[in-house]
Amino acid sequence: MQTELGDHRPADNHTNPPAIEARGLVKRFDGTLAVAGVDLTVPEGAIYGILGPNGAGKTTTLRMLLGIIDPDEGTRRVLGHERPHDVARLIGYLPEERGLYPSMKAYEAIAFMGALRGLPLKEGRKRGRELLEAHGLGHSAERQIRQLSKGMAQTVQLLGTLVHKPKLVVLDEPFSGLDALNQGKLEQMIRRLADEGTTVIFSTHVIAHAERLCEQIAIIAGGKVPFAGPVDEARDRIPAQVRLETAHADGPWRAALPAAARHEGSFWYFDLPDTGIEPLLRALIEGEAGILSLSIERAGLHDAFVAIAGEAAARALDASPEEGEGR
Amino acid sequence: MSQSRIRGGRLSTIQAAFVVARRDFVAILLSRTFIFFLLGPLFPLIVGGLAGGIGEQVQQEAAQPEIGIAMQGVDVDRMLAAYDQLGPRIGPAIPRMVELKRLSPGETFDARAVLEQAQGDMAAIVTGTPASPELTATPERLEWWRGPVSLISAQALQRGPTDFPPVKLASVTTSGAKEKRGRIATAQVGQTVLFLLIMLLAGMVLSNLVEEKANKIIEVLAAAIPMDAVFLGKLFAMLAVSLVGITVWATVIGGLVGLAGMQDTLPAGMSLADLPTPGVGWPLFFLLGVIYFAMGYLLLGSIFLSIGSMAATVREVQTLSMPVTMLQVLIFFFSTYALTQTGKPMELAAMAFPLSSPFAMLARAATDDALWPHLAALVWQAIAVAIFVKVGSALFRKRVMKSGPQHGVKKRRSLLAIVKGRATQAS
Repeated sequence: MQTELGDHRPADNHTNPPAIEARGLVKRFDGTLAVAGVDLTVPEGAIYGILGPNGAGKTTTLRMLLGIIDPDEGTRRVLGHERPHDVARLIGYLPEERGLYPSMKAYEAIAFMGALRGLPLKEGRKRGRELLEAHGLGHSAERQIRQLSKGMAQTVQLLGTLVHKPKLVVLDEPFSGLDALNQGKLEQMIRRLADEGTTVIFSTHVIAHAERLCEQIAIIAGGKVPFAGPVDEARDRIPAQVRLETAHADGPWRAALPAAARHEGSFWYFDLPDTGIEPLLRALIEGEAGILSLSIERAGLHDAFVAIAGEAAARALDASPEEGEGR
Repeated sequence: MSQSRIRGGRLSTIQAAFVVARRDFVAILLSRTFIFFLLGPLFPLIVGGLAGGIGEQVQQEAAQPEIGIAMQGVDVDRMLAAYDQLGPRIGPAIPRMVELKRLSPGETFDARAVLEQAQGDMAAIVTGTPASPELTATPERLEWWRGPVSLISAQALQRGPTDFPPVKLASVTTSGAKEKRGRIATAQVGQTVLFLLIMLLAGMVLSNLVEEKANKIIEVLAAAIPMDAVFLGKLFAMLAVSLVGITVWATVIGGLVGLAGMQDTLPAGMSLADLPTPGVGWPLFFLLGVIYFAMGYLLLGSIFLSIGSMAATVREVQTLSMPVTMLQVLIFFFSTYALTQTGKPMELAAMAFPLSSPFAMLARAATDDALWPHLAALVWQAIAVAIFVKVGSALFRKRVMKSGPQHGVKKRRSLLAIVKGRATQAS
């Protein structure tokens, strides 16, 4: 865990209108429900993560938010506009499936993506060269995309996503296909964007990225959003875990442990009781447990995600078996 | 929730289409394959020329029929002298006459037996005397050559054709029937050229979106600009490329003809002067030709682009190219047939049906001088293009732009499945 990352999380910005607001988004593909009523509110200037297992409906949701496809039901407002294409100049989008014209030169590819968003071609070419230079790819500006490595091409596409200086950046699985070094660079780039006031929303099924970057997340599972809110709130959905090590294997103190406590070696594991740690600690001491160590571990986002998404997927399957498949 | 609307905006459809068209145009023009595009029309000309040349040579070398003369020596000489005098004037109506045999007085000659041996190039034999020639040949050739042989025999006898009644001649420059027939010929030439150009080019747009789908760029485009702008951009890029190609071809051909002074040596019927002036006049006819080419290309191209966009693979596009070509041929036949139905419902139907309208209207420009039908037709065709593009892009967005990696790569959906509406859903 990079300890300094928490400092980069943007300040709570709830007073501003949300960058994205979606209510009850539903999408069916030939009768099969892909997204079953998604509600999202992405604060302006936030780094917002959309988490979900593969096939949960993340990409479909993002595509609806961007206007690539229209929802069958529900409403969406992106930067205050109901039709996302109306604010296309202010949006940058990196799709999950990366793609560039192989015969284009790197700086031209960036300029072209900017031109699609209304940036004049001449300005796009200039910025393209500058961005490539700034990201250590200046020597590749004149090279064709087909001559670049996969990582370099991905960087070019990301720069093309940002060349027109969007206010909202949407990244679909941006870390997939990148090595650890480039994943780190991308995380830095996302933080820098947020520092500049850009709203960044990205989807991922790798929880660690969201945990390091996001202030708020939405978990999508079974085409629904069982959780949307601050990362801390998601973690609080799962009780903290107590790890207790005692000198004595048995004694009257055992009665103080929750019934679901697990015993592994000299350690006991159990959820932190609702009454807190103090009454338990007192009972252990009075019961002569011989406490060697005791620690309380807050649930990680990964555990929270597994629990929330797992429950939601199970509920979706229970509610409508045919709707939970194929997403 | 009250929200302040952030001013952002978007490119207009035309601006967005221009961005796509510019990219495509430059990419095609700067590609090596554009050379082949320019050379494309040469291939049928070369093949046609070679085939024609070889065919002619084969004809010349393999089949040079002759008419043999089998008479007494003095008659043979007289017949050949007469042929030498008249042959060049008669031309191909009679083959070359050659001496077959000089007969002695009283000697007989079995012409039938010689011909039935079927050797050499002998197609017929003239026996007897110039005063009483006997032509031996196959039945159809008897009819062809009876007259010329009679004429040459008369010349051999130093007789003039006094038995033929004189024909009084009166000459006029043209007639109503000739003018109409000529304008229809102009219309047919115009339609054929239009058909060939559109057939060469419209089929190319079938595979126009395959690159974007294969390279996964389509999603970047779809997120940034409306899909109909993508379609329009692609169509106009190919149109611009086509016009560049046509300009190059026309310049090269015109330049060659001009430089070589070939305009005076073109065979009869091949120069513009041999075609009657179209109803609307040559300048306007050419202008309308260009406009109708553009409209015809856009109409067919928008449909082909839509069909091609549904294809998941290059193989499917290749499979589609045959029915698409057949569709074009059918439309051409329909338009050509309508040309013979002036003023009848068939002609009106050809003018009204969007796909055949450019062909029918160009034919009308050749045969009729009214201009307003062209304005009306162009407006109608433009509306049809807009409808086709809108429907095509909407279908593409609905059917193809679904989600996740499944639709294009991992779980390619066949065109058949799309048509049947059995789509697999994606993430």
